Amino acid sequence: MDDAIDAAGQGIGSSVLRKEDDRHMRGRGRFIPDFKMDGLSEVAFVRSPLAHALIVSIAKPAGAAGWVFIRDDLAGVKPIRSVMRAPGFRASDHHPLAHGKVRFVGEPIAMCVAPSRALAEDLAESVDVHLEELTAVVDAKAVNGGPYVHDEWGAHTFLETSSDNGIEEIAKAAAVTVKREFHMSRQVVNSMEGKAILAYWDDLKSQLVVYTSTQVPHMIRTGIAEHLGLDQGAVRVVAPDVGGGFGYKCVLQAEELCIAWLAMTFRKPFRWTEDRREHLTSGANCREHFYSVTAYADVRGKLLGIDAEITVDAGAYSVWPFTACLEATMAAGHFPGPYAFKGYRSKSWSVATNKPAILPYRGVARTGICFAMELTIDAVARAVGREPWEVRRENLVPEDAMPYVNPTGKVYDSGDYRRSLDIAVKEIDLPAVRRKQAAMADGGHLIGVGFANYIEMTAHGTKLFAAVGLPFVPGAEPATLRFTPDGGLEIRVGVQSHGQGMETSLAQIAHEVLGIDLGKIAVVHGDTELTPFSTGTYASRSITMAGGAVAEGCRILAERMRPIAAHLLQCGADSVVLRAGTFYGPSGNISVPEVARTWYMRPEQLSGELSVCGLEVLGLYRPKVDTGQYSYGTHAAVVSIDRLTGALRILDYVIVEDCGRRVNPLIVAGQTYGGAAQGIGTALLEEMQFDTNGQPLASTLADYLMPGAAEMPNIRLHHIETLSPNTAYGIKGVGEGGAIPPPAAIFNAVNDAFAGTGVEVNTTPLTPRRLYGAIERWELGRRGAGA
Amino acid sequence: MKPAPFEYWRATSIDEAVQGLAASAGTAKIIAGGQSLGPMLNLRLARPSVLIDIAGVTELKRVQDVGGKLFIGAGTTHAAIEDGVLPASAAGLMQAVARRIAYRAVRNRGTIGGSLAHADPAADWILALTALDAAVSVRGPNGKRSVPVQSLMRAPFTTVLAEDELIVGIETDKLSSTAVWSHQKFSRKVGKFADAAAVVVLDDTSGFCRIVLGTPDAPPVVMRSLAEALLSDSKRRLPLDAIYSAVQTAGTAADSFDIQLQTTVLARAIEKLVLQ
Ligand SMILES: Cc1cc2nc3c(=O)[nH]c(=O)nc-3n(C[C@H](O)[C@H](O)[C@H](O)COP(=O)(O)OP(=O)(O)OC[C@H]3O[C@@H](n4cnc5c(N)ncnc54)[C@H](O)[C@@H]3O)c2cc1C
Repeated sequence: MDDAIDAAGQGIGSSVLRKEDDRHMRGRGRFIPDFKMDGLSEVAFVRSPLAHALIVSIAKPAGAAGWVFIRDDLAGVKPIRSVMRAPGFRASDHHPLAHGKVRFVGEPIAMCVAPSRALAEDLAESVDVHLEELTAVVDAKAVNGGPYVHDEWGAHTFLETSSDNGIEEIAKAAAVTVKREFHMSRQVVNSMEGKAILAYWDDLKSQLVVYTSTQVPHMIRTGIAEHLGLDQGAVRVVAPDVGGGFGYKCVLQAEELCIAWLAMTFRKPFRWTEDRREHLTSGANCREHFYSVTAYADVRGKLLGIDAEITVDAGAYSVWPFTACLEATMAAGHFPGPYAFKGYRSKSWSVATNKPAILPYRGVARTGICFAMELTIDAVARAVGREPWEVRRENLVPEDAMPYVNPTGKVYDSGDYRRSLDIAVKEIDLPAVRRKQAAMADGGHLIGVGFANYIEMTAHGTKLFAAVGLPFVPGAEPATLRFTPDGGLEIRVGVQSHGQGMETSLAQIAHEVLGIDLGKIAVVHGDTELTPFSTGTYASRSITMAGGAVAEGCRILAERMRPIAAHLLQCGADSVVLRAGTFYGPSGNISVPEVARTWYMRPEQLSGELSVCGLEVLGLYRPKVDTGQYSYGTHAAVVSIDRLTGALRILDYVIVEDCGRRVNPLIVAGQTYGGAAQGIGTALLEEMQFDTNGQPLASTLADYLMPGAAEMPNIRLHHIETLSPNTAYGIKGVGEGGAIPPPAAIFNAVNDAFAGTGVEVNTTPLTPRRLYGAIERWELGRRGAGA
Repeated sequence: MKPAPFEYWRATSIDEAVQGLAASAGTAKIIAGGQSLGPMLNLRLARPSVLIDIAGVTELKRVQDVGGKLFIGAGTTHAAIEDGVLPASAAGLMQAVARRIAYRAVRNRGTIGGSLAHADPAADWILALTALDAAVSVRGPNGKRSVPVQSLMRAPFTTVLAEDELIVGIETDKLSSTAVWSHQKFSRKVGKFADAAAVVVLDDTSGFCRIVLGTPDAPPVVMRSLAEALLSDSKRRLPLDAIYSAVQTAGTAADSFDIQLQTTVLARAIEKLVLQ
């Protein structure tokens, strides 16, 4: 490869400001609700007021036949049936509008069309829906006999899985057995922009055009075409500016099919903009894990084996294409996390309930398993009477064991997990915290310190996905690249950037190879018409996969240009070197743009062979090992607990993180801070509760609490850069890591404050009421002990 | 989340607003800052036939010294109070309270009159103004009347006002220079309504002392016996069990956590009485 000299400080490793900031900071972003279009109709949905009911009748208001639609009107539209290829999986038919039964509060029953959203909502009010209420299934841990969410199953689970590599033998040798229960409550994704869809018929191309706020435009095209019975070529999906996704926007939604059907049927434009109440109560539920964990360890706390029983409340339907079971199967498959131990038994249940379907939310499964595993490690440490961080350290996979194969066959590529913990312990100044803790032991506030290690599997490839059994498997990632005649570079990728800054970071990778100024590199994404097929942006894959494809495409372009440059410099191709955007020959040089200009505009200067090589190329990329690249790190929290109110304050928060080579350190930091904010929300604030009838207890942000700026600690961020041996430039993904360990670190800190009394907290979020309950038990214990 | 249809009138004077209310026979609603009514409209929980917008009525933004009393127009925003629109004699407590209502964006529009009329028991003005023993000045088709803030809220989200009455302002005694006050608000995050709150006002010169407890589900409770005990204690201290049993008597707590929280908020408010 040519020398990659980064003259302008724009390449890999440079903290350049994001190109997309200019439009966003000026309020000039283009989100779907911003679009204006002649004849545009707005859509509102009539949604179920009950969690579980038979639909007896739906009466449209008089004269509204062409404006109100129910399931029977949607002729030819298939229900969403997302099947995991796993033995015993039970499939659900999710009709775009309810069919026969409603299965959660908020399920769309009818759609109403009007010139404005307000009028559409007026119309929705006048639709008369007669329901016959059924007993709702709301507690995934207490399902027993009927009624069933899906009657035809005669059962409650989408899927049950189990694995055992001989835990019973291992358990016999254990000096210490620790058993704990954990609960990570149901949450809502709460991307800043909710879902939005605008669809119209393009007569010019005889094509259905669907603008949708999505992370995966190509997958949505496939999904819409399959469910509407269209050729994929007859569907174009565009994702303009998208205000966050976090997993919510990587699934096909019932509303997407509805709006697409309207546009296809009536050949006019229609739009639906999700409001926050719809987002909270219908669209974007996630998490809700229950764990029962038994750890077997020796007297020093070295883990011998783990037995994990995992129940996930999956909601009513299986989402396409990630299914209802990704959370539970990933939780079971990844439970061992960063720890080295031999014995592992797991059981998992993906339970159907009368709640919205859960989606894969940032961190997918791992926020839950990290919570369960890290709290277990601390419990083991307390059981053997040692500092949790020491026991944690000894159990972490050592660097010299890399690449390490865990008990479920996952291959950890690289990293020094112990070093990241060591840095966190040092940065948090553990001895000082312990002194402060002792000094304040009898005061009004309790102090605790907690650590949590995590691993973040990123850019998992074909092999791993094939084993999961989802309806799709990602393959080699493409990027198409071309020069414009004035020497600008256009990069087209099928992944989608919705806050990750990929218009900048992918350009930085291209700059690294070709040396072209970032201002002359455009990254085009979010349009199936313009970009190569990709399964899209999810699972922290884009910078590794699309980044690798961009680098590969740039290398091909450089090789295409080299003989042209050599010809123009009148020397042999071997003696030309590309450096910082210029080809240097023995006695002269020529810039990359100049080469491009010559090829396009002055081909007569080139010989026949050179003038057919082309400056528009496809770069395809797959990491050398495609079982995933593992980012990892440690979070450490110091908390103070008000003994009288259960109020918790984060006094200090340290993050140590290793995501391989950082393409843009500023973007990496932003991803980490944002993720940590969501993790802190999980730990302390966010909870979607339901009553026993399945009614959601929060339908606005007044009741569903999100962390704001004032709730964020001043996070101190440290980095290690261990390059992945398997990827271009050693890059690993970083999109989810920040959101994984905060609940674990914060709960461990609280349990540390209570250490020695047997009091522990185990349910998110840690509300003052929950925490005060623990304080009461702690005070009782102290009084009992005569303290 | 769009409102049901309504007509919109913009009032330019108090008289116009009052006439508008009278003309609608109870189906109109005043909109001031819209910070509480806006969400209610969008959720279609409020469905007025007419909205009478008083945000442009300058008469309602008056702040005036009248004798020993201070008059604060109903249209005064939380932000204006936060920024010091009240004279120094009254500013301390009210400024401190204003600063902790919601977020600045809400404070920029939300008004003191709107907050009182909305009658959310967890809101801050109803609590603070009860502690100051202020009164609201009300105008209706039959003229003026004055209602003590303490008896304004009949029940959560319900006042004693008639549907055609408008709050024009708040009248409160000015505190003497030796008066002390304190405000405690416990909420789960910045900008959120209180889970428990307390305001204490103690003016030695006039022998005035009020301790008021605010909770999410019941109108603010004036803790008379506690106030008397505080006034008669030379060190200005109250034993914790006295506060605890006062909370139990108040009947505002659903469980042991509520009792604990309300007791603590009251105790801390008393502990932290500061010079205005
Ligand atoms: C995110 C958020 C957080 C908040 N947090 C807090 C908080 O921490 N503490 C707190 O106290 N409040 C809080 N609020 C409420 C806020 O203070 C509102 O501004 C206030 O409750 C209503 O004032 P408004 O002028 O906006 O009234 P509007 O919303 O316009 O009206 C509210 C009600 O009062 C009636 N009304 C208004 N003016 C008059 C009048 N002059 N005479 C008769 N009736 C009238 C209206 O008809 C309506 O019924 C919060 C609001 C939001 C949106």
